[in-house]
Amino acid sequence: MKMKINFGLAINQALHQLFSTDENIMLIGQGVKSPWYVGNTCTGLIDRFGENRVIDTPVSENAMTGIAVGSAITGMKSIVVHPRVDFVLYAMDPIINQAANWHFMNGGKSCVPVVFWLIINRGGEQAAQHSQALHALFTHIPGLKVIAPSTPYDVKGMLVSAINDMNPVVFIDDRWLYRFDEDVPEELYKIPLGKGVVRNSGNDLTIVSFSYTAKLCEEAVKELQKYNISAEFIDLRTIKPLDEDIILNSVNKTGRLLIVDGAWRFNGVSSEIAAIIAEKAFNKLKAPLRRLTLPDTPAPASSTLEDVYYIKSSDIVKSAIEILKF
Amino acid sequence: MIYSKEILENLYLTMVKIRYVEESFIEPIAKGLIRCPVHLYTGQEAIATGLGASLSKEDYIFGNHRSHGHYIAKGGDITELIAEVYCRKDGCSRGRGGSMHIISPENGVMGIVPIVAGTISLATGAALSSKIRNDKRVTVSFFGDGATGEGVLYESMNFASLKKLPIIFVCENNLYSTHLPIDEIRTNRRIYEIAGPLGIKAERVNGNDVIEVYRKAQLAVEYCREGNGPYFIEYLTYRQRGHVGPDDNVQGTHTDIRPKNEIEEWLLNDPIIKMENIMIKEGGFTEYEISEMKKSIVNEINHFTDIALKSPKPPAEDSKMYLFYENEN
Ligand SMILES: Cc1ncc(C[n+]2csc(CCOP(=O)(O)OP(=O)(O)O)c2C)c(N)n1
Ligand SMILES: [Mg+2]
Repeated sequence: MKMKINFGLAINQALHQLFSTDENIMLIGQGVKSPWYVGNTCTGLIDRFGENRVIDTPVSENAMTGIAVGSAITGMKSIVVHPRVDFVLYAMDPIINQAANWHFMNGGKSCVPVVFWLIINRGGEQAAQHSQALHALFTHIPGLKVIAPSTPYDVKGMLVSAINDMNPVVFIDDRWLYRFDEDVPEELYKIPLGKGVVRNSGNDLTIVSFSYTAKLCEEAVKELQKYNISAEFIDLRTIKPLDEDIILNSVNKTGRLLIVDGAWRFNGVSSEIAAIIAEKAFNKLKAPLRRLTLPDTPAPASSTLEDVYYIKSSDIVKSAIEILKF
Repeated sequence: MIYSKEILENLYLTMVKIRYVEESFIEPIAKGLIRCPVHLYTGQEAIATGLGASLSKEDYIFGNHRSHGHYIAKGGDITELIAEVYCRKDGCSRGRGGSMHIISPENGVMGIVPIVAGTISLATGAALSSKIRNDKRVTVSFFGDGATGEGVLYESMNFASLKKLPIIFVCENNLYSTHLPIDEIRTNRRIYEIAGPLGIKAERVNGNDVIEVYRKAQLAVEYCREGNGPYFIEYLTYRQRGHVGPDDNVQGTHTDIRPKNEIEEWLLNDPIIKMENIMIKEGGFTEYEISEMKKSIVNEINHFTDIALKSPKPPAEDSKMYLFYENEN
């Protein structure tokens, strides 16, 4: 059985089903009682599973994140949600010093099956501290996996894998994705972490993206067809471990690459992909690769400034055409 | 005397074990055979010992940079501890952790790290696990006076109080955090007073009197196990050696500015000597029995050291091992 549901409801469905099959799963975070914080993702969880396992918290990001790590170390599978990525900056120690290093520095004696669920929530003139996309910070750290699905189908299957993974996983979520819907199987299923997907096959150039900008890329690919440009579009779904093969196979075929990341440019995910291409597909490129990212400035408030700050699908179309003009 | 000979003997043996395991590191540190930073617990043994004796094997503890004593008192394997301090392949953390990352999950030693206050929230999470599962475990979070400067302590205490978690916050106040005396890091020496306003029962206990530590710890453990919520104990104590290494001039920073007479006074207040006096005056032990106990501990530790040092350092080809746990499917 399949049902058309949106991104937020797909998260909600995954959580309901996982909670009912495994009593060691718990969710802790600010706002799990409030749609204002977490949209429809947590609807009905407290009613069904109780406030022991679904815990709304005081405003204490550092300790709440550490508490999720500590519960994971002692037999729970814990999920800690931060309704804005911006707030998790108070909690870098439990994520980076503790969870990421834990299995290694303890010689494999202990695991941390925790999911750090970080929600990007931007636009609407919210300005610099309510708009950030910080996934590159986490991809820098050995010992963390970082996922950023873009579709209801993927988010459900990848959450199932992430929550059952015995290692710490950072789940980058984006409120701009919540309005998209598609058919999602009602039963539980897993999508393996670390595997991208080719959403559109093409021969002229490769476009690589993930999370919300993947939706913009899908629009752009359709638009490019009007110009007779056949773009191959890869949705990475997981940022780390990165599916290098899927990118290299495509670039070997098309010889042209556009990387789209709705976050900052310097030392970003796009930099890493560009470096991999330089190392492993140097002589396959027919044109310089391009990166479409946010400018290296804080997010503004005013809508006139927001308008030039965020990536639009027309920017992707433009960049693709320029690559092909080289 | 309220305790049996057997209890007194066990408390004493644990303290002596901790003392001599650590004393065995001193010469190797000076010779450069042990290289990782080693923070000795000398002088504070009564605290880990009294608490360890009050806990069951299933209970959890979390520690800090000065945690050899916590590990030993909770039943961690001594050979594996020694091997880890020498960064050997068969150390408790397989040579990946060193002295500051020692672990023994099967004995409830769940995590020890040198980030000051780094395990306080983890310990609170462990207590939350116990509350969710209703498994009746108690968690002890060990930290120093220095950790009272970190915000996460207050966040964790507030949450533990709010959710009535079975956790004992144990502050070992040795009056210094690295080079800074307590009066230079806070305006009030009575650390236990931070807990009351958050709704946590709190008290201060003489940390150099193992019998007193044990008596209070048992009450606190019982209080938590019965579901009354968290407990805070400040133990007053003193480290007899440097912040890191046997004294700060060997492994450390040459900054031990503690007054000589202060150190001497605290040496007279040594928890092991204090316990020996009690055992002889009130416990029915003879001096001879006590010196025999000490001898057998020293022999035992020499034996453990011989075994530990047979383990090589981890092979270079294993450098990426343990990055991730390999999931089953
Ligand atoms: C977050 C953090 N800041 C600073 C340090 C450096 N440092 C190591 S031990 C220590 C002081 C610890 O004092 P205390 O907590 O009283 O423990 P003690 O050494 O006295 O046992 C400091 C500041 C650290 N390890 N972690
Ligand atoms: Mg101290």
